[in-house]
Amino acid sequence: MNTPDNLHYAKSHEWLRLDKDTGTVGITDHAQSALSDVVFVELPKSGRVVKQGEVIATVESVKAASDIYAPVGGTILESNETLSSDPGLINREPYGQGWLFRIKPDSTKPTGLLSSSDYAATLPH
Amino acid sequence: MPASISESPLASCHLALGARMIPFAGWNLPVEYSGLLAEHKATRQAAGLFDISHMGQIRAKGKDALSCLESLLANDPAKLKDGEGHYSFITNEQGGVIDDLLVYRLSADDFFLVVNASRHPEILQLLKKHETPQVRFSGNPGTATGMALQGPQASAILAQILQGAPLPLRNHIAQFTLFGANILIATTGYTGENGYEIFSDIPTGLKIWAALLEAGKPLGLLPCGLGSRDSLRLEAGLPLNGQDLSPEISPLEAGLGMFVDLNRPRTFPGRPVLEKHKGSGSPRICIGLQGQPGQPPPRHGYPVFQGDKQIGVITSGVPSPTLGHGIALALVTTPAPLCGQDVEFEVRGRRVPAKVSSRKFLKTK
Repeated sequence: MNTPDNLHYAKSHEWLRLDKDTGTVGITDHAQSALSDVVFVELPKSGRVVKQGEVIATVESVKAASDIYAPVGGTILESNETLSSDPGLINREPYGQGWLFRIKPDSTKPTGLLSSSDYAATLPH
Repeated sequence: MPASISESPLASCHLALGARMIPFAGWNLPVEYSGLLAEHKATRQAAGLFDISHMGQIRAKGKDALSCLESLLANDPAKLKDGEGHYSFITNEQGGVIDDLLVYRLSADDFFLVVNASRHPEILQLLKKHETPQVRFSGNPGTATGMALQGPQASAILAQILQGAPLPLRNHIAQFTLFGANILIATTGYTGENGYEIFSDIPTGLKIWAALLEAGKPLGLLPCGLGSRDSLRLEAGLPLNGQDLSPEISPLEAGLGMFVDLNRPRTFPGRPVLEKHKGSGSPRICIGLQGQPGQPPPRHGYPVFQGDKQIGVITSGVPSPTLGHGIALALVTTPAPLCGQDVEFEVRGRRVPAKVSSRKFLKTK
């Protein structure tokens, strides 16, 4: 499974990319593969204030609905509207066009997240 | 729940095909190979091949087999002719469903039952309690293979490996000789498509699986997992035991009264309750629901509302790959809302609109 080096990872399979004071969040390649074909997403409204670890979105495949947890606390800046018409982007480009939302984190030094290699070590081989 | 997980006799085939395996009803089974949506579509448009070796295959033999089954089954096996099968139930004294099953009559003193994996040991034990020198039950878990070949190309694919032998009619079963072994082929399935269920010993099953994959490949056949099996069966409005059926739900509440025969003298467990459900109506009934595109799909366990009143709960729900919106079976109190009426289901604390519909969501064969 692909786990790019420049990202922070939550044990619950979300990734966070920090560009100055903006964080972009998505689900990992492992998560999209385990979910299989995503057919519906429910994303947070901008302005929502969220704590780290709070349920912030839902990603649904044919089989099941899966909760997505905020990898950091902060304020939601925007959600990826393209996903409502093309939720399969999450499967095709989990680290690219399939991002879920952007967040202004409470801290630019997130805690409790894993590096690429530490996250990869948590995955089944 | 069984303490250990059994491997399907076809496990080596699944691993070779790169299947993702999950535990289900005590068995380690493929949930998907190439992807649920691709497999669902292949079954609707070409063909799908499913491992159903986990399902219990039970043989009832002897001159008292029919009489014994008549006293235990909700649909009357005496109606069956040689080579014919039908859907039936084993009910408890409260009229609830212990298991739903297919019953085939091979001959006057030889019946073949296909039961759910989760209920197989329990049903076999129950049947064995009724054994006499004139009726014997056999068929332990893990001793045979079963596979389902489903879809518009199923007949063409199966005809290739049977080399022209005529296939059974819908809901019929026949014995064939393939790779030197006697096998059973039934024209039944769990997808709403035309198709076949093929039962054999394990070495023969491995050969049939490989032969069907090869014959089917040019026609668009895909091996299919439990994921698409579930979305396909729900589109066809077919119930799943443990969700839409349970010891607390009667077949009449599930809307399956046509498979309960109350026009015969013989009694069976729960018959008085089922008579009551038929006479004055059941306290609950299963209805179909259709959601809307762009709305969250209905799922098992979500409450269903009509106005402010909760009228029931969703027993199975899925975003329908064919229709592009959510579909569900829901068990609601009677009098139930009618087809076309608006109801709502609750998803993560918010109400989502749905329409009551026929439980047969797709016009299938």
